[in-house]
This record gives sequence, C-alpha cells and structure tokens, in this order.
Amino acid sequence: MNLILVSILTLVVVGALAAVILFFVSKKFHVFEDPRIDEVEAALPAANCGGCGFPGCRNFANACVKADTLDGLLCPVGGTPTMEKVAEILGKTVVAAAPTVAVVRCSGTCDNRPRKNKYDGVNHCFIAHNLYSGETGCSWGCLGLGDCELSCQFDAIHVNPVTMIPEVDEDKCTSCGACVKACPKMLIELRKKGPKSRRIYVSCRSQDKGPITKKACEVGCIGCSKCFKVCPHDAITIENNLAFIHDDKCKLCRKCVEVCPTNSIIELNFPPRKVKTEETAVEA
Amino acid sequence: MDKLIISPAPHIHSGDSISKNMQAVIIALMPAYLVALYYFGLGALIVSFTAIVSCVLFEYLIQKFILKGDTTIKDGSAALTGLLLAFNLPSNIPIYIVIVGSLVAIGIAKMSFGGLGNNPFNPALVARVFLLISFPVAMTSWPVPEALSMHYLDAVTAPTTLRNMNFGVQPDTLNLLIGNIGGSMGEVSGFALLLGFAYLLYKKVISWHIPVSILATSAVFIYILHLAAPESYIVSPIDYILSGGLLLGAIYMATDYVTSPMTKPGMLIYGVGIGLLTVIIRISPVYPEGVSFAILIMNAFTPLINTYVKPKRFGEKVKAKK
Amino acid sequence: MRTFRIGGIHPAENKFSAGQKIKTANLPKQVAIPLAHYIGAPAEAVVAKGDIVKVGQLIGKANGFISANVHASVSGKVNKIDVQLDASGYKRAAVFIDVDGDEWLETIDRTQTVVRECNLTKEEIIKKVAEAGIVGLGGATFPAHVKLSPPPGKKAEVLVINAVECEPYLTCDHQLMLEKGEEIMVGISILMKALDVNRAVVGIENNKKDAIALFQKLAKEFKGVEVTALKVQYPQGGEKQLIDAAIGRQVPSGALPIEVGAVVQNVGTTFAVYEAVQKNKPLFERVMTITGKSATNPGNYLVRLGTMLSEVVDQAGGVPADTGKIVGGGPMMGRSLMTLDVPMAKGSAGVLFIQNMESLRKKMQTCIRCGKCVNVCPMGLEPYLLMNQSEREMWADMESNKVMDCIECGSCSYTCPSNRALLDYIRFGKSTVGGIIRSRQARKS
Repeated sequence: MNLILVSILTLVVVGALAAVILFFVSKKFHVFEDPRIDEVEAALPAANCGGCGFPGCRNFANACVKADTLDGLLCPVGGTPTMEKVAEILGKTVVAAAPTVAVVRCSGTCDNRPRKNKYDGVNHCFIAHNLYSGETGCSWGCLGLGDCELSCQFDAIHVNPVTMIPEVDEDKCTSCGACVKACPKMLIELRKKGPKSRRIYVSCRSQDKGPITKKACEVGCIGCSKCFKVCPHDAITIENNLAFIHDDKCKLCRKCVEVCPTNSIIELNFPPRKVKTEETAVEA
Repeated sequence: MDKLIISPAPHIHSGDSISKNMQAVIIALMPAYLVALYYFGLGALIVSFTAIVSCVLFEYLIQKFILKGDTTIKDGSAALTGLLLAFNLPSNIPIYIVIVGSLVAIGIAKMSFGGLGNNPFNPALVARVFLLISFPVAMTSWPVPEALSMHYLDAVTAPTTLRNMNFGVQPDTLNLLIGNIGGSMGEVSGFALLLGFAYLLYKKVISWHIPVSILATSAVFIYILHLAAPESYIVSPIDYILSGGLLLGAIYMATDYVTSPMTKPGMLIYGVGIGLLTVIIRISPVYPEGVSFAILIMNAFTPLINTYVKPKRFGEKVKAKK
Repeated sequence: MRTFRIGGIHPAENKFSAGQKIKTANLPKQVAIPLAHYIGAPAEAVVAKGDIVKVGQLIGKANGFISANVHASVSGKVNKIDVQLDASGYKRAAVFIDVDGDEWLETIDRTQTVVRECNLTKEEIIKKVAEAGIVGLGGATFPAHVKLSPPPGKKAEVLVINAVECEPYLTCDHQLMLEKGEEIMVGISILMKALDVNRAVVGIENNKKDAIALFQKLAKEFKGVEVTALKVQYPQGGEKQLIDAAIGRQVPSGALPIEVGAVVQNVGTTFAVYEAVQKNKPLFERVMTITGKSATNPGNYLVRLGTMLSEVVDQAGGVPADTGKIVGGGPMMGRSLMTLDVPMAKGSAGVLFIQNMESLRKKMQTCIRCGKCVNVCPMGLEPYLLMNQSEREMWADMESNKVMDCIECGSCSYTCPSNRALLDYIRFGKSTVGGIIRSRQARKS
C-alpha cells in the first residue's frame, strides 16, 4: 500500500514540476509568428515542390505575408485560383498569370533518330551527359534515361518506353519547373498553356548545322529560316541554326507548321486540318 | 559486334563479388566445422543443417512474399548467417529453438532493416543473444565432447571452461587448441579457427585490424587484472583468448562487413572497444560469455565511428621519406 | 621496392603488345586535326579553306594560358574547318586536310642521329616547347610549357619523369623507352635545364625490367638522373602518387606538385621535347598502342595526329569480331568510343578492344559496407560515402569530404564486390561541387 502511494506521489510531483518548467520555458522562449502565415500555408497545395522559388510552402507563405504586393510571387502548382485565395487572406490583389506547362523540345524517337551505341552505365541522364553526347548522332537531343521523370513530384512526365522520349501529362503538370532543372540537355521549357491548351513550338534544340542535324535526326530543326520568313507576327527567331517561337508573340496561326521541311514544329491540341485539295493540286 | 557499348571508366572490374566473399568466409569456417562434427557428431550435423536451411528459407520467403522483390539467397549471406548461428549454439539444442533463432536472425535482425548491407547488428549474434535470454538453460547446457558422438538431445553436459575459470579451475591449453572441451559447437577449437583466419587474410577478405585488436586488448586487459589480483584471475592471457567464443567472435563475427567500421583507424577503435567490453562482461558471474554482447554494443557504435573516424587523406600531415 | 603509400590496386596487366617494335602507320588520305584537346581552350585556326600546308606547319594558335599550338601532321590542302566527333564523345572543331604527298617543313631535322648538346637558354627552351604545341602525352594533355614555368615564388627542385605506364594493356611508353632511350635521356637533361634543377628521378614500374636496365645504364652518362624501379601498383602514374612513390613527398590537398618542389613529365612528352628542341619538330605524331584480348595483331604504332582511328586499326588487323566496347586509352581511365571514326588526338595513348562478355557491367547490388573502396582509394577518400552523398545531392558534405581530391582513377569501382558505380556518381558530384566552388570564388572577387 505504502509502495503504491509513494509511486503515485512521486509521479504527481515529477509531473507537476515538469509542467511548471515547461510553462515557464514556453513563455520565456516564445517566438511570435504571424498567424496569417498558417492561414496562407493552409491555402497552398502543400506539395513543397519548390516551384515558386522558395524551399517549401511555408517559406512561400512567409514571403507572401511579408511582401508588400504579390507581384512576382506565384505558386505555379495552384495557379491563379490559389493566388486569389492567398490575396483574399492577406487583403492584397493578384494579377492573373497565364498558366504554363512543360514541353519537351525533342522529337528524336527511335525511328527518327537511330541509336548508334548502347549506353551501359548508371541510368541517370546527368551521368550519361557527363560521359558523352548521347547514343545517337545528335549531341543535343534527349538521352531518354528519365531524370525528368524522377524529378517530377506530380507524376506528370514519363519516358515513353517505345519512343524513349518523355511525354508530359498536361492535366497533371503544374509547371513547377523541377524537370526543367533536372534535364542536363536543357530540353524542357515552360510555355504558356495557350487557349484550349493549343500550343506551337519547335521541338528541337540542335544547334548543329543543317546537314549534320539532318543526318542525325529526321525531325531536327535545320535552321532553314522558312518559318521565320512566313511568320506574320515576328514571333520566330533563328539563332545558331535553330528556330525558336516566342510564346508571347505567337498567335497560333500555324503557318510555320506548314512550311517546316522537317516537321520539327509541333502543334498541340488543334482540331484536325481540312484537307487542302486545292493547294496540293496547284503544287502538283 | 552489334552496337558499341558506351560506359564510363573504369572498363574492367576485379571480378570480386558479394558471393565470393561469403564463400571465402564459409570455406574459412570449414576446419572449425569439421572439428565440431568430430567432437559433437550427430548433434552438430542436425543443428547446423537446420540453421542453414531455415535461414536460407526464411530469407527466400520474406523476400519473395513479404517484400515481393528479387531474392538474393544465391549470394550466400543467409547460408553464412545460418552457419555462424549454428556455431554459436550448443550441439544438443532442440530443433525448434534453432528455427526460432533463424527467424530472429533473418527476419528481425536482417530483413526488417532492409536486408544485406542495411542491418545495424550482426544477425547471427542478435539471434544468439535472443536465444540466450529466452532459453537460458538450453543455451548454457554444453555437451561434453566425444569423438564421433551419435548423441543429440541426450548428450552428457558439463560446465564450460569459462564458468570453471570463474570458479578458479585452470584450463588445459592443448585441449583449448584442438577443441576437446565443452562449448558452442563452432567455438571449441582455437587452432581450426586460426587456420580459417589465415585463409581469410590470404584471400584478403578481411584485414588483421579487427581480430588482432580485439585479441590483443582482451589479453592485455586480463593480464593487468591478473597482476592486480592473481587469486581471482588465474587464467593466462593465451588460455583466455582461446577459451569461449572469443576467437570465433573476433575473427568471424566482429569482422562482419556490414556491421563493422570501414576505415583502418575505425577498425582499431572498434576492436579495442570489443576487447575491453568482453573482459568486463566476462568478469561478471552471470554471463561468463561476453563476446556477443560486446560485439553487439560496438555494432551500435559503428555508424558513429564511420562518421567521425576518417581515413588518412593523401597529403595530410606526412613526413617526407628519404 | 618503392611505391605510393595509400591505397592502390593491381589489375591484370595484359600487356600483349609489349616488345612489339613501333611501326609507322600509313599516311591517311584525309586527316581531321582536332583544335581542341581534353584540357584547356581550343586553339584558334590560322589556316583557311584551300590553303596548302606542309608537315609541321602551324595551323592552330594557342588561345589563352592553358592552350597549345596545333600543327599540320600531313602536307596537302585544307579542305574545311568544321566540327568533328572526337574521342570525348562530343563534336568539336577540327581542321580537315586532304593529304598530298609528304612534304615536311625544311626546318625540321629528319635524320636519326642523336643530338646531345643543347646550348639554348632556359627561356629559349620553354619558348620552343610552347611553339611545338607539346602537351602531356600521358592522357591529361596539360600543356607542357605551363608546367615548365612555375608560378612566381615557387622553385622546382626535382624533375620526376613518369615512365610508369600503370594502365593495363598500354605499352606505347614502354616501347618508346626501349627504342628511343638515349633521346629521352637528352630530353630529360633539356627539361632539367629548363627547370633549372639538378636532380631528375625516372620512375619505372618493375614490370618493365628491360627498360629499367637500359635507363640505369644510360643514366651513368647523364648527370643528376636517377632511375627508380617502382612496385607495380595502379594508379602509380597519377601525378601525386608518382611524386610520393619516387621522391617520398606528398602534395597537399588542392595544391599543385610544385608546392613540394616537383615537376612531373611523361616519357612521351620528354621525347617530344627532345624532338622539338633538338630537331625543330613540332608535336604532330605520337606512338599509340592498339591492343585487346582478342586483337589479332596487338602492336605499337607511330601515328600522325588527325588520322581516323579506324584507319590505324585496319592496319593492325581490324576490329576483332567479339568486340563489345572500344576504349580510347587504357581500361581504367580511358573513354569508351562511340565509333572508330574519331580522329587521333595528342592524348590518344591507345585503342583497346574489350570483348563482349567483359564489356557489360554486372548488376549493381546494395553496398555491403565492406570498406574495400576506402582501402584502395589512393587519395584516402571514402568512395562509398561520396557516392551516397552524390546520390542525395549533398554537395556541401561532399566538399568537406574532399571530393575535389579525387583523381578519378577508378580503383573504387574496379574493386567493389557489389559492382557499384562509385566513380560515376563521384565524378558527377565532383563536377557539380567544382562548379559551386568556382561560382563562389567568382562571387568573392
């Protein structure tokens, strides 16, 4: 009996002492944190992907609370709706940013760009890239070892096992930019999603001269300038034997797609073209 | 010649592999195994066979049906664990205890941490200690050696040299060497174990650092105790390291790749630690055999040693020769 | 017997082409002379399409401090200056010359007589070496004249000649020593003069006993030259390892050999220096080894720069049928080639055919923490740890664990029983950490 009593008393005393110490310590070392940070953090997607440029959602929330305006602060995952919620909490305004999506600028599939060698090393693009220019004749194109796939937290990019080229799942892509950083060949670009997800881009990064590119890959950009000449909106520039379509100027007229001799300009999500019987007749 | 292969240098490999290392250790254990078969006969055969088969089987089952991955039983590490476990058991122990031990070794000490390479503690020793605490009587009734014995569970038992030492009985060095003493089946013959050590050194499977530092430390420590109190510590350092599981532990258990430090200075620290702990634990009359505890305790320090003890870097504080 | 003090491995030597006389390779129809070598800035072309050039004529001018001149290796007409896939696996600038005859510059002394006297001053020698475009022929291709001009405040004390050839298979340096021993000795004395030192140590591995005997005999005629036999151990040809082995000094982490008063030159480089200084012959040809376990005709060939490796290989009996991988250089540090249609460069020490079954790596298994990589690392690093940190992108930890000291010798990957690609990851980590360090230094200044 005595033993039980002593045990209980000891426990009570120890517990009470600990509580008192904890109470004073928590008072003494209390850190004030703006409660709005928690609110903003709750409104964020909690992906901690770093796409906003901050390490984790909480740091981004902190930055939003401290900033005077929300200009330049964007959660690419949540996009404008999320930023509107954040703005509401903070009583600030937000400018709607055009949603972007990742595109892979290489079409060098196994058919278009035959493999000349067999890579036998660690399956990482960065290690292969350190070693040599790739299994094919093109030293600019995709290595196909899937570092982008590994870097993606949203399961939005996958290397197609048949073509060995990564494909982006538009619905899942949050344009956080992780794959852009992961690709050692710098093939991935964040482009404006465009109306109805319609996009036009040059799917090649080869800066080799035309004949070299052509020899290595059937769908490489050879820098022939045909698209540059045909573009009515000055949206295309040619640098280092490579065409680039600026998405802020492009009006999606698709004239460049028609003239490209190597089919290296890709159009996405457009309705199928009408068969232009007249033109072909004239050409023939 | 199809497509040329491209890979980063180096383009040649030594041909060394996990299974080669495991095989070498198993070969090195063979002399001691033969001695065990000679002195403990049928019991040794049954216990070792059960331990090896059940360890390999448990590894296979866990990898196949619980982890649902590739099985790695071919690398020989499970078989080695089984053999080492058997070496740490008395030859008259019932089969079900051996199987429980195998399950603990493979299931708890190895697979639950992620399999070979990730286990912090030596699986065979975890199993041994588990059995020692769970089945203290079965684990400490050592059969008396008898040439080509046909006894198994019915073997005659007697106290071991270590317990006798604590009671003041001087062991016989020759018997310690050839293994004509009671004890766990693999630990009895000092000569056979040293023969295996020589083979491992020749094959460069292990380096001398861990075994030698353990043996030297415990010998020196017991000699100091002997000088301080000759009437309590009667045993000579040579007999001391030959008796009990010290040689088996120092050569085959403490040198387990996964659970020992990777740098030479780290190995020495680890070995000295095991040597000291072994003697300290052995002094206690409750556990006359302290090697397994000592090794497990130092296993826990291995990550710490690996983090803080760096190898000697090139160009760091060296004197010019000549 | 002396060797370096930390780590090291001893792979099977497989020196099949040892003792094969150096054969002069046939002149090709066209050469593509690379303007870029592995280290340093590419040279700037000083010829244009249509120019007629002679053998030994300058075609590429050194561009920057760590860069070397490039000379025409054949006579003929410049066809074009264009990119060409080279042994590095990337396309880089090269001068294409259509061969027409074999007309050498008149200044080059083509006789075989050995000229011993050298009355040039230190500066004149270094100038000649620089003009001749000599780079380290051991593989790293570091410009030789840069090594001969120590930074202000530093003084060379010992010249160490790298005659180790620790890479398995390769024999080009060994054969060169046997055939051009006297010339190399003269080259050593010229280098000693250029560096103003009175001691030179030639380190030769003990598997080249004939070369050791020859050099010990020759050394009696040359003042201050010592010949040291070294225990066969890879990577003894590494600069820091060789200095440790030959003269017992260890270069501190991050420092150059001149810090301990040593300058290292390869034997091939020494021979090139002899030819440049005494014979006015710039570096436009070198000896290379063509070998492999199933090579029909392993041998050592004197090849002009820019010759396509495929042409040399054809003269050596062609590519064996069971070849799975072709390596430019030795098996430990050489680069696997994408194709044989790459031009021979100054650093090309050999072509090695690796058989099918040997060329694929075995499956990578988990690390069993055996510590063998730590044991063999000649720099005293912990490869297993660096690999883990590289995988997890822990760059700061890698730096504090001295990843920048790694000499990429490959001993760790060679020895790993789990076939782990240690060096692949370490090399990646090293290049990343190097970039971080450079950007930090750039920010500071």
